[in-house]
Amino acid sequence: MNALISVRDIAIRFGGVVAADGVSLDVFAGDHLAIIGPNGAGKTTFLNICTGYLKPQRGTVQFKGRDILGSSPRAITRLGIARAFQIPQLFLEQTVRENMLIAAASAARRFAPFARLADIPERGDVESLLALVDCADVADRKAGELPEGKRKLVDIALALALKPEVLLMDEPTSGVASSEKFAIMDTLVAALKERAVTAVFVEHDMEMVSRYANRVAVWSAGTISRQGPPAEILNDPEVVRTVIGG
Amino acid sequence: MSHIIILAVLDGIAYGSLVFLVAVGLTLVFGVMRILNVAHGSFYALGAYAAASLGLGLTALGLSPWLSYPLFVVAAAAVGVVVGGALERLLLQRIYRHEEALQLLVTFAVFMILDNAQRLIWGVQPYFYSEPLRLLGNVSVAGITYTAYQVVFLPLVAIAVLVALRLFLRHTLAGAVIVAVTEDREAATAIGVDARRVFLITFIIGTTLASLGGALAAPTTSILPGMGADMIVLSFAVAATAGLGQIEGTAVAALAIGLGRSFAVFFAPELEVLMPYLIMVLVLLVRPEGLFGKATARKI
Amino acid sequence: MATHSSLRRTALAVAALAAIAYPLVTGSSGSFLTIVWAKALPVLGIILLLQAGQVSFGHAMFFAVGAYTIGFIGRAMAGGDLALLLPAAALASLLAGLVIGVFVVRYRYIFFGMLNLAFSMVLFSMLDKFIHITGGSDGLRIARPAVLGAAMERSDYETVLYYVSLAILALALYGGARFLDSPLGHALKAIKSNETRVEYLGISARLVLLVAYVASAVLAGVGGALVGAVQGIATPDYAYWVRSGEFVFVAILGGTGHVAGALAGAFVYEFIRSAAAAYVGDTWQMTLGIVLLAVILFAPRGIVGMAAELWGRITSASARHGAASPEAAPDAASARDARPLRIVGGGR
Repeated sequence: MNALISVRDIAIRFGGVVAADGVSLDVFAGDHLAIIGPNGAGKTTFLNICTGYLKPQRGTVQFKGRDILGSSPRAITRLGIARAFQIPQLFLEQTVRENMLIAAASAARRFAPFARLADIPERGDVESLLALVDCADVADRKAGELPEGKRKLVDIALALALKPEVLLMDEPTSGVASSEKFAIMDTLVAALKERAVTAVFVEHDMEMVSRYANRVAVWSAGTISRQGPPAEILNDPEVVRTVIGG
Repeated sequence: MSHIIILAVLDGIAYGSLVFLVAVGLTLVFGVMRILNVAHGSFYALGAYAAASLGLGLTALGLSPWLSYPLFVVAAAAVGVVVGGALERLLLQRIYRHEEALQLLVTFAVFMILDNAQRLIWGVQPYFYSEPLRLLGNVSVAGITYTAYQVVFLPLVAIAVLVALRLFLRHTLAGAVIVAVTEDREAATAIGVDARRVFLITFIIGTTLASLGGALAAPTTSILPGMGADMIVLSFAVAATAGLGQIEGTAVAALAIGLGRSFAVFFAPELEVLMPYLIMVLVLLVRPEGLFGKATARKI
Repeated sequence: MATHSSLRRTALAVAALAAIAYPLVTGSSGSFLTIVWAKALPVLGIILLLQAGQVSFGHAMFFAVGAYTIGFIGRAMAGGDLALLLPAAALASLLAGLVIGVFVVRYRYIFFGMLNLAFSMVLFSMLDKFIHITGGSDGLRIARPAVLGAAMERSDYETVLYYVSLAILALALYGGARFLDSPLGHALKAIKSNETRVEYLGISARLVLLVAYVASAVLAGVGGALVGAVQGIATPDYAYWVRSGEFVFVAILGGTGHVAGALAGAFVYEFIRSAAAAYVGDTWQMTLGIVLLAVILFAPRGIVGMAAELWGRITSASARHGAASPEAAPDAASARDARPLRIVGGGR
């Protein structure tokens, strides 16, 4: 089986800090891959490299066999890799609905200069996405007025509005109230499966990993130290000691 | 031909020295306070007018023209402390938290006010005060006679300022505090640094440097309304070429732009005005963060 | 809500009718209002750029490009025709905006503002220096052109300019409002709050800004051509930084949250200027600076913002007999204290 995203031997350091040194990882179509590892190990850096925000000092990144290293985040987004952020990246002065409509307009390339944003044909999709992440009630509020948890969810919905093939998420439910995060993740993951979206998520919460990942990669000391099915990885004593228990 | 080249080099050095003084003040203020003071050029003009007025006062009182040198420094410091200090305390302190476009607008408004104030105080007729230029006599460089004031004194002042700034920032406590605020304001405040004071002092140093540039330029040029506007754009071009906040780099960029301009004067006069911007545009196209600046990525 | 917008529509219709009727009623168009209509155009351009949080201190260069374009063509064609001159000015400023825009949209904030200033200073000194082409500081005379082939008497010509300016402004305001409500316009506003995310949505922030920049250059160019036509001359002052500052000033004064800010600002500004010039002629620039500071610090949403607030207060007072909305009012008040000042208010 060919990998959708194929990362080979990447290395990047910031000053004296080695974030990655010889990391290779494949993401296959249909994967729900969780990346776990200690804080500050470089997991977010990995997402930054895959989306072109950072350039590694060494290594290659391919998407469907095509080299994407050196491409801009915009070009990579256009290829079908969307990203949700650890710190939500929203347009704080615009309403949640407007945030979503901008994303939908971009995905459908609707940029006629005098057409109303609110009237684009994709507006129905936007409403259902907002309902999916339980944010329909705040659609008319400015994104800057939302609590952190809601912002996280809108951030994910923005990425989904791009109709991506691959969705990269960075701790998708950190900041979301624990009472609702499983309910939201259940719907979200179901929606991802229904739309055949491949997902990669960086995660700290092992309960999330065991519930939603079909594969787990352990990022530790700048390398991928283990990968495999959650049942196997999460019960590995070494992983428990370095990542989970620590 | 070689005469013209030497002449152009000397012109460039003289001009670059003056531009450095102004630009380094601009870049220092930006480096520490993250504010681009559009009114910075006005301090250059104020310094020039103040120096010329004091100098003409000396002549009128029949005092020794040698006094004009210390008076230049006094004039520059007075403009920096009084006008610069008042501006920082009364206005800039209110806007540090605001968005960048708004900070630019505020200093632009100050620029409009100060530019007008100069015309009210000194009128629109040009001022001349070239006494200090004559006092130092001429020197001969490879057969070219040039005023010692421009090719010896001005570069020496520029070098002295550069060295003093370096020593101050690297080797004194006050300098270390300024650097700390520049690098991480929150952390510096957390360990007890009074950022308000640092900003005030930095702003006063920066504006004093601009008015010192103006004061020292006074003997070499006619002092006219509009000189402040020209200088803010020029010193910005120098600071941007170097990379905003880069003090040593500013010296290199000032020299490069000074030389570029003076060579244009001799070899392509129609490019004279364009030259500094041409250099800046070319540098920024290749390195948007300037020759010596570091690119910073936002954390996401 | 319905009465609100219909009231607004009525007010708009009354204002438009008054503007159309003015020369018919008074028998002369004068040049005052023509200048207001024309100068509102570059201000609208500045407002467009401010949506993305960018300030240009150099838009007078496009104003000058427009004025000198009709001057040059008029000189070459013995006056030319207004129907040709204005599109030519638009085209010239479009090209200038495209060339300079491709470079400046790579930069933001300080660099964007100062690079625009630098380009305008270059143009200013070229207009001033190349005397044999531009007439230097004496300026370039703009002869009265024909209008659609017909030679015009002075007063008829002024009336034509009045209506042409009014029509162009109306079109520009309508187009500007539509643009800001379009996906591109919203992307433009998005650049201000989070350019990283704009790129991560697959949108080129530079391209979006370039569209707005070229539009703003054309607006400034056509405005400059109209003012040049009214005044019969183009001078290097058209490109001077003080004039660029004036455009920014009028935008802030009028309010940058709405395209109508351009009109409100230009009207109030020209009115005060004509009234006050006699008294504060020497300190005009200083007065502008002080008022600009006052508006920024105390009324950052400008005339339109204040009018909207007043209107909101009146309508809510009449609707609720003065009982303020229990949750919204304290919220808004505390938000105003806590949040940093913003020059672009909400709304569109």
